[in-house]
Amino acid sequence: MSIIVNHVSYSYNPGTAMEVKALNDISFTVSDGEFIGLIGHTGCGKSTLVQHLNGLLKPQQGEICYNGENISDADYDLRALRSRVGLIFQYPEHQLFEEDVFTDVSFGPRNQGLSDSEIEMRAYEALTQVGIPDEYFYQSPFDLSGGEKRRIAIAGVLAMKPEVLILDEPTAGLDPKGREDILNLIRNLHEKEHITIILVSHSMEDIAEYADRILVMHEAKLVYDDSPRSVFAHEEELKAMGLSVPAVTSIMHLLREKGVGVRQDVITIEEGLKACLEILH
Amino acid sequence: MLRDITLGQYYPTESVLHKLDPRVKLLGTLVFLVSLFLIPNFIGYIIATIFLICMILLSKVPFSFMVRGLKAVVILLLVTVIINLFATPGEVLVSFWKFRITKEGIYASVFMMLRLIYLIIGSSIMTLTTTPANLTDGMEKALSPLSLIRVPVHEIAMMMSIALSFIPILLEETDKIMKAQMARGADFESGNLIRRVKNMIPLLVPLFISAFRRANDLAMAMEARCYRGGDGRTKMKPLKYHVNDVIAYVLLALYLAAVIVIPRVILA
Repeated sequence: MSIIVNHVSYSYNPGTAMEVKALNDISFTVSDGEFIGLIGHTGCGKSTLVQHLNGLLKPQQGEICYNGENISDADYDLRALRSRVGLIFQYPEHQLFEEDVFTDVSFGPRNQGLSDSEIEMRAYEALTQVGIPDEYFYQSPFDLSGGEKRRIAIAGVLAMKPEVLILDEPTAGLDPKGREDILNLIRNLHEKEHITIILVSHSMEDIAEYADRILVMHEAKLVYDDSPRSVFAHEEELKAMGLSVPAVTSIMHLLREKGVGVRQDVITIEEGLKACLEILH
Repeated sequence: MLRDITLGQYYPTESVLHKLDPRVKLLGTLVFLVSLFLIPNFIGYIIATIFLICMILLSKVPFSFMVRGLKAVVILLLVTVIINLFATPGEVLVSFWKFRITKEGIYASVFMMLRLIYLIIGSSIMTLTTTPANLTDGMEKALSPLSLIRVPVHEIAMMMSIALSFIPILLEETDKIMKAQMARGADFESGNLIRRVKNMIPLLVPLFISAFRRANDLAMAMEARCYRGGDGRTKMKPLKYHVNDVIAYVLLALYLAAVIVIPRVILA
């Protein structure tokens, strides 16, 4: 059970003056139960890549296989794929359209052709998962706060019970409380529901804390595919790509430059604290 | 599919047409469109075709790009051709059951088709070679005498430029929302007409909301930068005629004269 991306390339407006290469010979594999962080400078092709993973875009070269089946095959059921690989776009609250929260969340399961009772159960379950209280169920989604709207939109995808969940910058534009809610939700989904997660983010701290593996994209190419610790060891290279390392990693590097012999492979605050205590004792 | 709409789209490249003053291109397009309705016979169409081919070559925009704009009106074209073909009275050539094809009908439908195709390609050339900002600048300047009789020229131009610059933004937005709903299993392509219209609701509601949100944000941003209409507002790049523009005007006049005079002289 996995996604295999094999030498995939994609350009927008091919053959015109506006041609833009968005993906250039990308290959990697996603296994079940992984938590992958995807980082890259704006416009490096991250969004294009994630749209390939659920068949919204088709590779112009190369192929993508989900559980061993090529999703570009003429008889491949793309709608079934989309309910297995859930994709949550940037600012997902912009896709809300129904009169009340519950009906909006039911949209996905209804498209899957489930029975009414099953649809209701799925919607209820998803809304509870994202922590939306019952009294909001029959309110208009447009009357709620930004963070709540976003959680409802996420529930709309969760209600389809995906095996893989891709989130494109799910915390963009939220306040600290909203960010934490969303990140905790994602962690829960990964740990309790065993959903494979691909998280696109500009926050190196979040990625360092949550992901088991990091993919780094730069100018349509996949540059690194490694554990967070190994990726964040390349501070100079990441900075050259317009990215960075978690603040705590930078601090450790600076301390080392000033002659303090702390460990260098630190990527989270807790590890940083431990490393500093080691020196003091 | 949405990217196929080329009407109102700009194609960035360097060409003589791109560098012309927008006023010349506006008048030129107008002259070309009017000339299509003045053409009495096929000799006129030959002149118009030559003119159009020259313009296409001068614009350096790939021909395939202009033809794409025609796809959207294929049905309109077919309907016009069929109506003209069967409904024009005259000398009957072929007749079967209740239908009659006349010689005049064939002429009328071919001319009508050419006219429509040329109309679309002609106006596409203007938008493909002129940025929306430039186009509305030209329009504002060309129509500015009307402000003497209290026509709000600046406001109209501003509305046009905003509308034009929102086209690609809204297209992109449509694409995004469509994909987001497709990720939730929405289906925009199958089913009968009623079903399809119903299926558009998940697309249209968010699109309207986002259009209003954008309009609101834009109004705020304009006000924050002290926009208060056209009075006393100056341009960063004022429009000025150059030698090329004068030459273009002369060529336009020659073309119009040719289209009006030559077919009639030859016919006479």
